[in-house]
Amino acid sequence: MGNLFHRLGSPRPFYEISGIVLPSVGILTLISLAVGFIWALGIAPPDYQQGHSVRIMYIHVPAAIVAQSSYMMMATAGAVFLIWRIKIADMALQCAAPIGASLTFLALVTGAIWGKPTWGTWWVWDARLTSTLVLLFLFIGVIVLRSAKEGSESVGRATAILAVVGLINLPIIKFSVDWWFTLHQPSSFSLTESPSMPPEMWLPLLVMVVGFYLFFFFIWTYRVRTEILKREHRSQWVRSIDDI
Amino acid sequence: MIFENLTDFGWMGGHGPYVWSAYGVALLIIGYNLISAVAHRRRVTEMNQKRRSQECDS
Amino acid sequence: MNILLLTVQRDLLLYVRQPGDIFNPLAFSLLVISLFPLGLGPSSDTLNEISAGIIWVAALLTTLFSIDLMFKEDYEDGTLEQMILGKESLLLVVYGKIIAQWLVGGLVITLLSPLFGLMFYVNTDGIVATVLALMLATPTMTLIGSIGAALTLGVNKGGVLITILILPLYLPLLILGVAMIDTASAGENYTGHALWLAAILAISIGFAPLATEQGIRISLSE
Repeated sequence: MGNLFHRLGSPRPFYEISGIVLPSVGILTLISLAVGFIWALGIAPPDYQQGHSVRIMYIHVPAAIVAQSSYMMMATAGAVFLIWRIKIADMALQCAAPIGASLTFLALVTGAIWGKPTWGTWWVWDARLTSTLVLLFLFIGVIVLRSAKEGSESVGRATAILAVVGLINLPIIKFSVDWWFTLHQPSSFSLTESPSMPPEMWLPLLVMVVGFYLFFFFIWTYRVRTEILKREHRSQWVRSIDDI
Repeated sequence: MIFENLTDFGWMGGHGPYVWSAYGVALLIIGYNLISAVAHRRRVTEMNQKRRSQECDS
Repeated sequence: MNILLLTVQRDLLLYVRQPGDIFNPLAFSLLVISLFPLGLGPSSDTLNEISAGIIWVAALLTTLFSIDLMFKEDYEDGTLEQMILGKESLLLVVYGKIIAQWLVGGLVITLLSPLFGLMFYVNTDGIVATVLALMLATPTMTLIGSIGAALTLGVNKGGVLITILILPLYLPLLILGVAMIDTASAGENYTGHALWLAAILAISIGFAPLATEQGIRISLSE
């Protein structure tokens, strides 16, 4: 196990091992997302309070969960890069940021669309939506700083520091936003915090969460592989791949 | 069955437009991630090939 | 320890010789604050209700504007590189620069804030809380901001970039500070808010300069 972990840290073994895993991850992603979409849209029951608009939850919640996880994963990669200077970790950070940002954006848009039939307005300064908005700002900061100088090693490390600082701040931000929300409480009931969700609802939700995680992992691996080809273009083994 | 017919499925008791637009945006984001990743890969391999052919010429 | 005091002394001297660096952001914040009564009308109720938020946003923006210049000149004329190569601890230099920056930025805003409070008809309790809250929060702003200044040293258009990087990290301060002033204006006990701001300050004093120091080393490693 330790050996595998060690090997994944250098570009070539990572490229080879991920090349074996990637197709099956892709198929699993496709299956779980297809099952999830059909189940969420056509089979799951409507909510007694919200009606059919509850189906938006099956997009909003997985997107928000995976977006948060991808920030944590990105910041962890940043910490690994700062401590051990593993090149793959820098690529992992760089490739996770755009995917995470797009999922955060999806969570925000679906939250707004969900808000319209539920609250009657497109936007409510609710705790979940507000902290998702802040998460989007954090992602934008990382992306903007990383692209300030393309391919520069020092900017990569600067970005890693920013991601780690953001991770330390994330709980404080979440806590303060939650607290701020209870202070101002604009609406009496919050999205997704229903007292108990029946299995007919949380099962498709679970499938969707798994599907979104797999999707993130699939795109992320694909992007890291591209980044390896880009940065290692001088090495002999990358040249032999280009021939194919 | 939750829905009697296709019209019912599209309308969803008045919430159809919201639900469908949310799923539409989800598909757009998924598609965007796929396309941009593949386009980036293509750019990188093209660049690598160009570099190699330049080396061969010289 | 000596190097810390020397850095504070040196930076203060530089600020005194170039008063524009301190004065411009302050003038900016005073102007922004004066725009609100003109834009919203002089009704005391409206102004009172939004006063805490406006004062706080002005403090944040002023800090961000001045933080951009924190390492810039030392970076451009090579002083920063000498500081890294020198025998003295870079961390203490960073602490010194942060203290100097806060003395001419955050502290001045804190001392001016009663004036802003009066312009918005804030009551005495509210003004006392404003000063206390800013006293606890402006050092944190400078500490966190210094990380952004260090990370964007080698980058063009660093000023806008700092704003994007750092502003989200300021949100807890904004939320806690405004709530503290509002609580105080309502005549209630705000010790809890103050303790939270103090806790965040304590954490920032411990960790932020470490990140700033690393950021400087990274930015200069090219």
